[in-house]
Amino acid sequence: MYVAVKGGERAIENAHRLLANARRGDQNVPEVTLDQISEQLGLAVDRVMSEGSLYDRELASLAIKQARGDLIEAIFLVRAFRATMPRFGASEPVDTGAMRVQRRVSSTFKDIPGGQILGPTFDYTHRLLDPSLAEGFVPEAPAMAEASTAPTPRVTDILGRDGLIESSPQAEDGASVGDLTREPLNFPADRDLRLQNLARGDEGFLLAMGYSTQRGYGRNHPFAGEIRFGEVEVEFAAEDVGFAVPLGSIELTECQMVNQFKGSATEAPCFTRGYGLAFGQSERKTMSMALVDRALRARELGEEVRAPAQDEEFVMSHSDNVQATGFVEHLKLPHYVDFQSELGLLRKLRREFADAQAPDAMKEAAE
Amino acid sequence: MKLSNIIDNLESASSVDPVTQHNDQQAQRKAAMAVLAHAEAGEIAARLRDLTLPAHQDLRAPENGLVMLRGRAGGDGAPFNLGEATASRAAVRLASGEVGFGYTLGRDGEKARLIALCDALVQSRDFGGAVERDVIAPLREQLMARRTQAAAETAATKVDFYTMVRGEG
Repeated sequence: MYVAVKGGERAIENAHRLLANARRGDQNVPEVTLDQISEQLGLAVDRVMSEGSLYDRELASLAIKQARGDLIEAIFLVRAFRATMPRFGASEPVDTGAMRVQRRVSSTFKDIPGGQILGPTFDYTHRLLDPSLAEGFVPEAPAMAEASTAPTPRVTDILGRDGLIESSPQAEDGASVGDLTREPLNFPADRDLRLQNLARGDEGFLLAMGYSTQRGYGRNHPFAGEIRFGEVEVEFAAEDVGFAVPLGSIELTECQMVNQFKGSATEAPCFTRGYGLAFGQSERKTMSMALVDRALRARELGEEVRAPAQDEEFVMSHSDNVQATGFVEHLKLPHYVDFQSELGLLRKLRREFADAQAPDAMKEAAE
Repeated sequence: MKLSNIIDNLESASSVDPVTQHNDQQAQRKAAMAVLAHAEAGEIAARLRDLTLPAHQDLRAPENGLVMLRGRAGGDGAPFNLGEATASRAAVRLASGEVGFGYTLGRDGEKARLIALCDALVQSRDFGGAVERDVIAPLREQLMARRTQAAAETAATKVDFYTMVRGEG
């Protein structure tokens, strides 16, 4: 139990002053700007937006700067900020099929309509440190080629035409969309809540959970059906305007995992699927999310729930790094009263133990 | 109708729409908003300076808030809440009565106000043509140029994987 304590105000004030100096570092070194963070540490910004569950590059950059690059602290700051803002409403669901694709790969078909587009990727780099980046590096201008106007349908849509893959579950008319920022989480949780939880879940946690399914703890034989990254338009049905107004665009990464098939006496076997979606270019996150989403569908697909990644209460209760860090890190706050009572109890137990031992010890000495 | 379609093919989009005046104007307003939401406040303001603006007032002062962004399970299934985005909104009324609304992602309230002003002008018989010609058309052209450039850069990274027979490589 944590009991409030008083005192230490001056020490706290001075500690924060010291923190401000530590954050700034050597003042002979130029200060990093928000634009620099947003432009040059873009993937860190994407992660803070995803897990902070707030799409705003500038705020995420500020949070990273304030948190000295501690991304979980930055995510915490972003979550705290969002709690201060009113909500206008919910957007129309975005259409990832109409994405202006900047990257799109499939590990299942080499000749997908619209083609395999590598985009800006670490894939196929040699992972050797590049000393030329240390200072003054000016990249060569990007190569250009004629862009095709052919559409880039989702790979799952292509498979779906032949009935080879299950279709996505559709919402019932008038069904509300679960929101775990408004309602406390109850189990069993529906897929909308699970996807929301995973979308804001910790990348490292989801990576480990996804990896565990590959290693046999809830194996589901995944293929990366498609990973796409690019820009989608956002529309908001504004009541005062009377139609869905365009708000601009956001960058998203989407991963469609294609998994081992299911079938029954009445249904022809078909591939099953897991889904990942996150803000920005977040490939590892969306791939992990799709693996875990598929694992969490065990109950629905009649699979035995044996592994941690298939256990929705376990996954959903531990995926949030702000909650997790809050509970782990609160251990460093003063627990003096609590500890004193434990100490009192331990002393008493030790006295009793010593008393119980004492007659024996005397007997031994006598012999 | 897909929004991207409306941006790319404004004229055909307008003609495909049901021929009622109301829907025609709605498509036009939406197409204008789709361009303006992608521009910076400074760019819109600079274009508006070329017009002699009619008297107007704020109906709703610029306001910041959040919009919950939704995706769909599997990309095409039931909707779910993906996460929020910052957004701004405002409303402006022209002295002649037209009410314009401005909505945009981000925290730039002034941008929302300028979009609202443009939306009101689009609806105005006297200013509709001018705002399309001097503000929206040039911004649309600029947006298309940026997209064409990005698409060309992306296209250069398109690959043709081919599988090799074992032992060949």
